[in-house]
Amino acid sequence: MSGLALTNVTKEFGSFTAVNNVGLNVPHGTFVCMLGPSGCGKTTLLRMIAGLDLPTSGSIRLDGEDITHVPTHKRNLGMVFQSLALFPHLTVGENIAYPLRIRSAPKEEQKKRVDELLSMIHLSGYADRPVSKLSGGQRQRVAIARALSISPKLFLLDEPLSALDAKLREAMQVELRQLQQKLGITTIVVTHDQREAMTMADTVVVMQGGEIRQAASPMEIYRKPADSFVADFIGQTNLLEAELDSTGRALVLGQPVEGIAFKAGMTKATLSVRPEDVHLTAPGARALAGTVTFVRDLGGTIETFVDVAGRQIIAVSTPRARPDVSVGQSVGVVLSPDVCVVLAR
Amino acid sequence: MRREAPQKIGDYAPLFFPATMLIVFFVVPFATMIAVSFFQRQQGGFYVPAFVLSNYERFLSLFFANVLGFSLMLAVVVAICCVVLALPFTYLLTRMKRKVQIVWLVALLSVLSLSEVIIGFAWSTLFSRTAGITNLLVMAGIMSEAKALLPSFGAVLTGMVYQAFPYTVLVLYPALVRLDPTLTEAARTLGASPVKAFFTVVVPALRNTIVATLIMVFIFALGSYLLPQLLGRPQHWTLSVLITDQAIYQSNMPFAAAMAVFLVLVTLGLVALTVMAGRKGEAA
Repeated sequence: MSGLALTNVTKEFGSFTAVNNVGLNVPHGTFVCMLGPSGCGKTTLLRMIAGLDLPTSGSIRLDGEDITHVPTHKRNLGMVFQSLALFPHLTVGENIAYPLRIRSAPKEEQKKRVDELLSMIHLSGYADRPVSKLSGGQRQRVAIARALSISPKLFLLDEPLSALDAKLREAMQVELRQLQQKLGITTIVVTHDQREAMTMADTVVVMQGGEIRQAASPMEIYRKPADSFVADFIGQTNLLEAELDSTGRALVLGQPVEGIAFKAGMTKATLSVRPEDVHLTAPGARALAGTVTFVRDLGGTIETFVDVAGRQIIAVSTPRARPDVSVGQSVGVVLSPDVCVVLAR
Repeated sequence: MRREAPQKIGDYAPLFFPATMLIVFFVVPFATMIAVSFFQRQQGGFYVPAFVLSNYERFLSLFFANVLGFSLMLAVVVAICCVVLALPFTYLLTRMKRKVQIVWLVALLSVLSLSEVIIGFAWSTLFSRTAGITNLLVMAGIMSEAKALLPSFGAVLTGMVYQAFPYTVLVLYPALVRLDPTLTEAARTLGASPVKAFFTVVVPALRNTIVATLIMVFIFALGSYLLPQLLGRPQHWTLSVLITDQAIYQSNMPFAAAMAVFLVLVTLGLVALTVMAGRKGEAA
């Protein structure tokens, strides 16, 4: 199989298990974002793929070849570090040429490749500048170009954009995705920023506590989260307790809702409903009865906080579909079954 | 922090104390030494104020030129040996666990507490025929019979490197601790073996620190006057030995002062050259 395959990869630091029995297939040419809260093991997993840490058990295969114990410098990969790790004693051009110099490539070839990469990252003519004279965004690009200079099999990035300000970060996300698509290179990015993951990835891998919670396309992660952690971590959601009563009717927060399909054998569940899928109407039989507690008008969107049986439900709407509600008013909360994701509790 | 230049006399107040210390303990003695180097020596160990150049003239002979050359050469070799040994050692040390690092640093500091005399006699025992390390080699069957390794140039060098090594490590240690460990990791992901990464990233990134350490050990080694006498032959004696000899045993202060002044000037010249070469390399 071409691409990267992780099988039962585990990493223990003493008694602490940083990565627990992880399996993951990354087909050639895909863009994977590993997403999770800090300490979830995503960076450790990336370091094991790079060979900077050795797994306690399990295997890592690249294009069918077992690379679990191949030293880092023989893996032919490119990696961008969170700190960028540009070599301070080398110029921009020398930094980019470093992987070629180490492999004793001919001088003319090095120069040609450096010029090629510099024009790719829109920094032509910067070859002789010291890296200390560059802005944050420029350094970022140089680090990316350096990692790509040998056309690696695998392109790894550890929180590459975290040092940039918000605007530049968004622009770099788009640029990085376009670059990856142009080069068709297998890319793995570690991030804790879900917008970054949603922007760039073919596959988002959500991790927590050293385990993969879900690995799927960004839309599937958003629309069909595998569990309540994923639902809550990606975007905003309302997590509501639901159960079946003795007659087999679904109760949400103690009130009956038609059409919620529980999986066979489940009597208790958590419903995940995105705020934009919650509709407010006049109180009625087909809606949960609630009271508006707060309205936040953000201009582009309006968030309405509704108290239903002591739980807070957030509904988001656009100004055009603005619900005519005010604080203290009794409203009906409509949860249509097709937008409710039933998760195990 | 204030950036503007001092306006009133009072703004210089913080400098008074260090300036006074520097004047009392450095400028005055050094000026005295320069003055004495031009004084006229009298039989019986005294000297009278005068302005004669004979002390410097006497120094400009082949014999003293040789001694000066040997002293400088020895100091350079000691400096290079120390840095070559201490750089990889300190690099590996900074990558060890904190507890291991502390044990090593305490051991190095305890070497610093030894006086030059003790170091000299310890090594002269270790290099002797009767009780030296060659006896161990004989026991191990590597050598056929024990022999004395001193007096010799190798013995002088070993003793001086041993004495200067802890200083070298302690000077290099903070710079290596501060060095971003992801630099070497980045080099490895880009295709450099750990050894290659050390030579292409760690050493060049620490260039200025290494040059500064070389100068420090060089000057430190230049002042050594006991070890060359304890472990070497007379041809291994440094200018510092001769200065001590003139000042203390021959009671010829003016000549000793002249030699010391000369040594300081040559040293300053060499250091200036090194710094200038370093600047040039940086600009290129």
